[in-house]
Amino acid sequence: MALSASQLSVGDSYSEQIVDDLTRTQIVQYAGASGDYNPVHTDEKFVTEVAGYPTVFAHGMLTMGMTGRMVTNFVGDGRLTYYGVRFTNQVWPGDTLTAKAEVTDIRDEDGAKLVDIDITTTNQDDRAVLTGKATARLDD
Amino acid sequence: MAVERFPVEATHILMFARAVGDTNPIYSDADYAAGTEVGSIIAPPTFAQSSAQFDPNYFLRPKPDKKWFGSGRTASGTLVRDLSEADGDDVADERQDDKQSGAAAGGLHAEQHFTYHRHLKPGDVLHTVTYEGEKWEKQSRRAGILKFSEAVTEYRDEDDELVITAKGVGVVTEKVIDD
Repeated sequence: MALSASQLSVGDSYSEQIVDDLTRTQIVQYAGASGDYNPVHTDEKFVTEVAGYPTVFAHGMLTMGMTGRMVTNFVGDGRLTYYGVRFTNQVWPGDTLTAKAEVTDIRDEDGAKLVDIDITTTNQDDRAVLTGKATARLDD
Repeated sequence: MAVERFPVEATHILMFARAVGDTNPIYSDADYAAGTEVGSIIAPPTFAQSSAQFDPNYFLRPKPDKKWFGSGRTASGTLVRDLSEADGDDVADERQDDKQSGAAAGGLHAEQHFTYHRHLKPGDVLHTVTYEGEKWEKQSRRAGILKFSEAVTEYRDEDDELVITAKGVGVVTEKVIDD
């Protein structure tokens, strides 16, 4: 289900809602799977009384992981050659996030067709929580 | 921060895909995956980060024989007590780990980049080497002085072939960002 260069144009876009009402339990689930047990993500007492935040917040890598689902649904499985992001705002329990990809270039490199995309994930207030780029191999 | 042995396993991939909310059968169903272009289960794009599970000294995992900085009887097992009754070497060690990880309370993940030379699959046995990268500072209205540091991790397979190159940027903020 990979994309074809012939059927794709610069400016094409694709988006998905990647989470609706993010739960603290999903954040715990990510801590367990990734091995990152930083209590700022899961420990309400620590994060409010010691770290000084209003509540726990998601791992940046959880947002990158959820956004990655949108990216691979767009470009196909096993097609990514690069995926990189900046975390621009924190993600909190209750957030609803939408991830969007936009094609910025279609090019040839060493005989392979590649697509470059810009990525933005925004929350329910239309504020960007993640921005990034990805590159994937295309069919001709 | 090197991980000597990171075995990529199907159950771990399944759990990781569930945690990021991805129900794509390419991450869980070997029969389905066999009929696709990639030909086998693969790992989701950010899975390499979970190599932390195989770092024996990973600072952000509680260990039975060490004080943990999250809450128990008190709001923090180390950081609060630390201020009044620091108990010697252990605390000093943990503080050192704090600095190295760049991810303790007050430290945040600013950027993450992955370059894929090929995709991970169950049965891969990787090892990693991490190099310190650039360090820089920036002034921010919202968070005061921001101290950034970069680390590059190479994931290599049993033939020492490069599989993934990861670059992480951590930031320590002067003030808490709470909005």
